[in-house]
Amino acid sequence: MVDLLAKTACDGLASLNIGTVSLREGRAVPMTTLAPFRGQQVALDAALQAAHGLGFPPIGGSCQREEARALWFGRDLGLLMGVEPEATLAQYAALTDQSQGWAVMQLAGLGAEEVLARLCPVDLRLSAFGVGAALRTEAKHMQASICRLEEDCFQIMVFRSMARTMYHDLKTAMEARAARG
Amino acid sequence: MRIHCPLCGARDRREFSYKGAALVRPLAAAEPEAWHAYVNLRENPAGPLAELWYHEMGCGSWLQVTRDTVNHSVLEVVLARDTALGAGA
Amino acid sequence: MRIAGKGQGAGAKPVNFTFNGRHLMGRAGETLAAALLANDIHLVARSFKYHRPRGILTAGSEEPNALVTLGAGPVQDPNQRATTQELYEGLEARSQNCWPSVEHDVMAVNNLAAPFLGAGFYYKTFMWPAAFWEKLYEPMIRRAAGLGALSGLADTDRYEKAYGFCDLLVVGAGPAGVMAALTAGRAGADVLLLEEDIRLGGRLLAEEEEIDGKPAQIWLQEAEVELQQLDNVRIMRRTAVTGVYDHGTYGALERVGHHLPRQHSLKGSQRPRECFWRIVAKHCILAAGAIERPVAFRNNDRPGIMMAGAVRAYLNRWGVTPGERVTLFANNDDAHRTARDLVAAGVHLAAVIDSRHDAPDSDLYPVMKGAQVCNTSGSKRLESITVRSVRGEERIQSDCLAMSGGWNPSLHLTCHLNARPSWRRELLAFVPQTGAVPGMRAVGACNGSFSTHAALSEGAAAAVAVLAELGLGAIAAVHLPEAEDQPYRIAPLWAVPGKGRAWLDFQNDVTVKDVTQAADENFRSVEHMKRYTTQGMATDQGKNSNVAALAVLADVTGRSIPETGTTTFRPPFVPVAIGAMGAGAADQGFKPQRFVPSHVVAEERGASQVEVGLWYRAAYFPKPGETNWRQACDREIMSVRQSVGVCDVSTLGKIDIQGPDAAKLLDFVYTNTFSTLRQGRVRYGLMLREDGFVMDDGTCARLGDTHYVMTTTTAAAGEVMAHLEFITQVLHPEWDLRLTSVTEHWAQFAIAGPKSRALLNDLLDQPLTPGDWPFMACGAVTLGGIKGRLFRISFSGEEAYELALPACYGDSLFRTLLERAEALGGGAYGMEALNVLRIEKGFVTHAEINGTVTAQDLGMQGMMSQKKDFIGKAMAQRPGLMAPDRMQLVGLKPIGAVQELSAGAHLFDPEAPVERIQDQGYVTSVGFSPLLGHMIALGFLKQGAARIGDEIRLVDHMRGIDALCQVVEPVFFDPEGERMRG
Repeated sequence: MVDLLAKTACDGLASLNIGTVSLREGRAVPMTTLAPFRGQQVALDAALQAAHGLGFPPIGGSCQREEARALWFGRDLGLLMGVEPEATLAQYAALTDQSQGWAVMQLAGLGAEEVLARLCPVDLRLSAFGVGAALRTEAKHMQASICRLEEDCFQIMVFRSMARTMYHDLKTAMEARAARG
Repeated sequence: MRIHCPLCGARDRREFSYKGAALVRPLAAAEPEAWHAYVNLRENPAGPLAELWYHEMGCGSWLQVTRDTVNHSVLEVVLARDTALGAGA
Repeated sequence: MRIAGKGQGAGAKPVNFTFNGRHLMGRAGETLAAALLANDIHLVARSFKYHRPRGILTAGSEEPNALVTLGAGPVQDPNQRATTQELYEGLEARSQNCWPSVEHDVMAVNNLAAPFLGAGFYYKTFMWPAAFWEKLYEPMIRRAAGLGALSGLADTDRYEKAYGFCDLLVVGAGPAGVMAALTAGRAGADVLLLEEDIRLGGRLLAEEEEIDGKPAQIWLQEAEVELQQLDNVRIMRRTAVTGVYDHGTYGALERVGHHLPRQHSLKGSQRPRECFWRIVAKHCILAAGAIERPVAFRNNDRPGIMMAGAVRAYLNRWGVTPGERVTLFANNDDAHRTARDLVAAGVHLAAVIDSRHDAPDSDLYPVMKGAQVCNTSGSKRLESITVRSVRGEERIQSDCLAMSGGWNPSLHLTCHLNARPSWRRELLAFVPQTGAVPGMRAVGACNGSFSTHAALSEGAAAAVAVLAELGLGAIAAVHLPEAEDQPYRIAPLWAVPGKGRAWLDFQNDVTVKDVTQAADENFRSVEHMKRYTTQGMATDQGKNSNVAALAVLADVTGRSIPETGTTTFRPPFVPVAIGAMGAGAADQGFKPQRFVPSHVVAEERGASQVEVGLWYRAAYFPKPGETNWRQACDREIMSVRQSVGVCDVSTLGKIDIQGPDAAKLLDFVYTNTFSTLRQGRVRYGLMLREDGFVMDDGTCARLGDTHYVMTTTTAAAGEVMAHLEFITQVLHPEWDLRLTSVTEHWAQFAIAGPKSRALLNDLLDQPLTPGDWPFMACGAVTLGGIKGRLFRISFSGEEAYELALPACYGDSLFRTLLERAEALGGGAYGMEALNVLRIEKGFVTHAEINGTVTAQDLGMQGMMSQKKDFIGKAMAQRPGLMAPDRMQLVGLKPIGAVQELSAGAHLFDPEAPVERIQDQGYVTSVGFSPLLGHMIALGFLKQGAARIGDEIRLVDHMRGIDALCQVVEPVFFDPEGERMRG
């Protein structure tokens, strides 16, 4: 039998600590988009509660329970991270495995918000984008998902193929921030 | 320029792509003139104009944006799925 | 000259710098202009057109004259204003637009030719012969006239851009801005305070006055400390707002590195030079101040003639006097403060010349009322002025003339959304219109309220109004500090009558006479006058000269100033480096780079990369001994035809479609029918645009009853996804289905060739059972226990499969596949081979689907279902799109000895002349078929289907190709498709 090795999206890209900000790849976890069928939003929410103990994420937000996190991922779309979805959910929503489709990075530390402000045209002030908030935007022309995990820690997701570009752009912004003053 | 996406809130225009005037698609059996108008003919009003924008870099919603071409103010934004633009389709 | 003990920088650290190679010393925190004046250097530049000696006119970003070049080589920075450039250790500045030196400039002969070089000179003189313009006149003029030069080398500096958000943006930190920020900040609003200068204070930094019973500098320091302690207030210094855009968006330029020496350290190389901000603010308080305007009189441009307010700034802020025997010329009370401050500092004030008969008297200095300066003398620095009064003309020795024609509110930003300012007669100035920019309030001097008291009270009042709108209302009464509240008294004086050249626009060498001449030649609209004379152009955009120039124009055309109107105010307010506008977009930052799962393997094998949209794909995989790409390409083609080849096709768009109405969508979006497709089968589909032309093609597989996966071409993946979303959201929101892009989740490899099945059987956990995998079958497979998908589809004409596994295994799987393929005599193939393989089969790509072709043009009219509606159906039936004389897809092969063919070449009848109107078609794709031993091509030919067997002439003027070809069916190999079905 063939023995295949798995590589993460950021394979070959070293973790960074520049100034007060760090960048590293998120832990590889199962990721599944949940796209409720017509009129099934409420049923899906209940089924998610029953199966995984968390609800369907509200617009612009996320839900978390232990290892599982559900992220608002777009119009009528959620992303379940950290657990494999129970098969029963499939009657309410299109379930699509995206585990390898996205590069997941974490940008953390004092000034992480300022680094992201170099890439994304969105309001990331804590007052507008609190802990647990999730949005879709562009990061230097890349479709991105951003979630504030903690006050100074963001999860950034872009398409897997663009991991190097995202890394390069974040690194450049981190360097420029650290070199000021 | 900013567009207030009903789902995402006010966002920079670089998250959106533009399609053009929001028009009702003719019935399949409509006269060629109706199709010609749908595909080729456009009003160019000085004033409010309903347009279709796609929130491509955001939530992926198609939006109907009513915009005043004179002063650029955005008068209304609704999800295109809540319009009747597909009435003929 | 410095005045001991004077200025706010007394005791600052000394700083060494050079100007035109001279080693000089200044003080930390001062501008280059202040340091030059402290060193008694007044001749700083040569003027744009006449190369006249010029000095420092102002103390701010409006400076028209004192432009210098900093640095050299890739980091050469031309046109930096000495009045805003901060001094730093080792700064090297030099004059520009002069040769061999600013002291002795050969081009100063232009000044003697001045009578010929007036407004419109270029337009009239260099009219003919037309060809001379580009080759002779323009280069000549560009050498003779101009500003600083670029090095011509790529800029190695880093630039940055950033996005900012706030509830209240305060533009300018003079008394009005500081008061607004304090008021809003104390109430908890999220405030962003932007100041162009290094320090907060604005005009207060240049004045000797008291606020709240203490020196203004002390009040400022206290205010700054308080602002810094407020978490909800962010202060950005060295940041100028450059433009106002729709819906509360502001552009701003932050000068991050201009004041620091270029370190050759890592940190120094990573520091951005400038950061271009896009700021979104719910509200804006504009407190941009005002700019003092010169008076036009003969020879008013000599070094040593300066704005009165600037003289005050150099004196009070930096402790420098620009002269030892100063005179003052004004038409307003405010300028008299300069006289007062100079006398107080012990500088000799020779005379105050005021054009008004009712000018205020003084015990400290003589005031000549109702008098005007009508000429000056001195070559490289002012030596004397000539004053005209009722007593006649008299000469006064003076090395510095401070002049003031009044103040123009800096209302530029209020006009960026197309509002026009209104004229206030009592101020002799334009002021902003209320509501000119939604959400913006103008306060203080930029609103025409010139006293410090007015600035403070308007700043506070505007902040209170903003707080109410933000819902942060109910604040206790604002304590308004006490401050001077002198009335602003002024009488009109734009240009002193008389002979000779009186300068309006110093930067562009525009005189009163030029404006008059423009009007005489009927360039009477202010916009026409601007273009004809060049008044108001270049780096200062006429900040000093616009109002006076249009006052002169109004006068000569017999209109009032408001009737004459202003030119259009456009961004940017201050010059912005192109590098800042395009920050982050150089090199790798230009656009995202997408790498395929096999990228590392391809790199290891030395594969040449080709860009396909954003993707990087392997073009070919060279082997030792191969000296050119063709050898590698031919080998790869033959390996597919004879054994097995492996190619990364992960870039193809993959869209997962689930839901009860999935089949309805596919039937509507494709010309052919998909609802009839069996589970476990794949079908080729064609999509049209609504206008009837072909949009894209690809395959679609039915994985389950209500589950399909569609593939699109690499190039059209995004477009097709938007198209499908359009159909499901806009046209058919009632359909129950969901779309998800899964392009990135799967690594997908084509395994093509007669030995493809053997390779797969060796690899899959369960070998393929012969009957279950006919051509166009699909299904689930496992490989090393990992679940994947297999599609039996072919883009090469061979028996072929596409194997998809989660992308994390892509690298490993590709290595394994290559190993097995090589053991079978095959190997990897790249885009070059893939292209020839598909041309041999007549399969189309976006080279053929170029936006102008129909299904019929491609010979695919049979795929247009008659039984259902689909996107593009109605318009595809237009007579013009069905016409028999349209160009149709054909194959081409050269006749005779092998000749080069080229994509982009045009087709002509062999007997007809090669003229555009004889054009019969064009070539879309070419390649060398090692199998056939000659070039092959696909192209579109008028009535092509009926001309199979004919001869046609292929001509490419660009590449010098002229070849006779035979028209053939667009399939060169295995026309029956037996190999791929076999």
